Amino acid sequence: MRQLSLWQELPRMEEDMSESAVAELPLQPVQSRRFLKPETQTAMVFLLPSFLGFMIFIALPIMASLALSFTNWQLISTPAFVGFQNYIKLFTVDPAFYTILSNTLFFAVEYLALNVIVSLTLAVWISSLKHGKAIFRVIFFLPTFTPTIAASVVWLLIFTPDGLADTIIRSLGLGLPNFLLSSSWAMQAVVLVTLWANVGYNVVMFNAALDLVPKQYLEAAMIDGAGPWRRFWRIRLPLISPTVFFATVMTAITSLQVFDEIFAMTRGGPGSATATLGFAIYQKGFTNFQMGYASALAWVMFVMIMALTILQFRMQRKWVHYDE
Amino acid sequence: MTNSPISRPPHSVSANRHRLLRRIGAFASYAGLSLVALLFLFPFFWMVSNAVRSNEEVLAVPVRIFPEAYQWGNFVEALVSLPFGIFLLNSVIVACGVTAIVIVVSCLSAYAFARLKFPCREGMLLTYLSTLMIPQVMLVIPLFLVVSKLGWINTYHGMILPVAFSSFGTFLLRQFILGIPKDLDEAAMMDGASRLRILVAVIVPLAMPAIGLLALFTFIAQWKSFLWPLIATSGLDKATLPLGLTLFQTRQGTAWNYIMAGATISMVPGVILAIVLQRVIYKGISVSSGFGGR
Repeated sequence: MRQLSLWQELPRMEEDMSESAVAELPLQPVQSRRFLKPETQTAMVFLLPSFLGFMIFIALPIMASLALSFTNWQLISTPAFVGFQNYIKLFTVDPAFYTILSNTLFFAVEYLALNVIVSLTLAVWISSLKHGKAIFRVIFFLPTFTPTIAASVVWLLIFTPDGLADTIIRSLGLGLPNFLLSSSWAMQAVVLVTLWANVGYNVVMFNAALDLVPKQYLEAAMIDGAGPWRRFWRIRLPLISPTVFFATVMTAITSLQVFDEIFAMTRGGPGSATATLGFAIYQKGFTNFQMGYASALAWVMFVMIMALTILQFRMQRKWVHYDE
Repeated sequence: MTNSPISRPPHSVSANRHRLLRRIGAFASYAGLSLVALLFLFPFFWMVSNAVRSNEEVLAVPVRIFPEAYQWGNFVEALVSLPFGIFLLNSVIVACGVTAIVIVVSCLSAYAFARLKFPCREGMLLTYLSTLMIPQVMLVIPLFLVVSKLGWINTYHGMILPVAFSSFGTFLLRQFILGIPKDLDEAAMMDGASRLRILVAVIVPLAMPAIGLLALFTFIAQWKSFLWPLIATSGLDKATLPLGLTLFQTRQGTAWNYIMAGATISMVPGVILAIVLQRVIYKGISVSSGFGGR
């Protein structure tokens, strides 16, 4: 059957193929009698590099991580199986765990909400312009193309005691403490920096989606007397809701993993005010060498990501509109 | 919008007023957004502005917006006195190495998933896809074990290989290849081209937009990457730029001006790529969001 269809394609053959046209016709080679079909063999060869990499650097580590989370391994000793002890310790003994958990959730919720609001606002604003959209897109996109650590170091200088942020706060008479030295404000600094560093991606994505909204819909709504606010809520937002959904899921997944900003700016401090799961896993594993315990923390993070993603997929039925 | 019939009755006074109001509105919109954009760009300005001061001036108490004396030599000093030159080289090697591997491996596997029939294809694809949800920090601990068992700590291959096999590229390219007409493959097959030849001569040139986007995002992700280099290196000789920036943060008498110079250097490739490729990025992001969202 395939041979037949191939013959039909013949007249359409491209010129650049013609050099090999003299080569033998694709008669089914003898090897087809072997155990595996030639196509399967080719597929195996093509998949070999990615499969090997996948097994060694993804699948095996995932299983090792799960196994480690049931041991008390401390890097130098031989790991001993301790069952669910790490998990039990997490939830019942470790006084820091609930702080870490609530820090992580607090950061994720505040950051996610601000990210969606700010990026949607900026995207709508940009897409309302006639000229110069590209310039604004690039400006808001620049931080997402710069190393997070570099951005964090710059903000660290801005927040340094008696630095720029303090000067501005003082001159405006806001009466706020230095953000990075205050346990109640340090997390706000981390949120601000993460927002600055990452919001551009969603801005560009939402902007692209908004530009795809058919103009006729908006014009029809205008003729019907719908104001800008109504046009946004009733037409544009529903039409871009699949993109908003995608962005929300991706942003939520990354926000639960926040690490770079915290490492560079606060190292979890002051006290443990900015210690999140991502930072705690690093600290427990590579500063205290409690690899088993850190692996258990990592699985807690994974379960949180899974739960949040499933929750978001459940909720999408209520607000995401797909065109039929 | 301007052409819609109701908003523009010809030559009436109210139409002129309407137009004027709209102009003022548009101007206010540009002015407002420009202000937001300037605020957004300010940290970049602050970085460069502090990179060209003396360290005393960086920390001087009444904060100055512009430097008193410009020390442009700080960039050279930073590259020489702190080994930012080596960090820069390491960053380039790691980011390019990972990108090259990702492209080759993803092209091969994406072609297999898109065009070849083999047992368990759908199952394998799903398995690959599901790993995208795994947090990086979860893999870091066992990866550290694998790499240290292999004796790869503080080597380029130890920094490159473990992060070069994300399945994201496979999906992006597979999705794109599915959109390329199968007739082209079959025609080439008629001419006796092998599958590899078809991939290289037919598919890859057609999939260039997707491959370019994948290359760009992989390069930038590696350029920004911090956690894995932090774990896979020990010492200064293999440190990448982001790592170098933190290594000097806690030293007694932190040289803020040099660190700002280093931060500036580390931002240059990204800034250039973002500006030069803005059109490609815009298109690519709208495609990739559709890829995941719709």
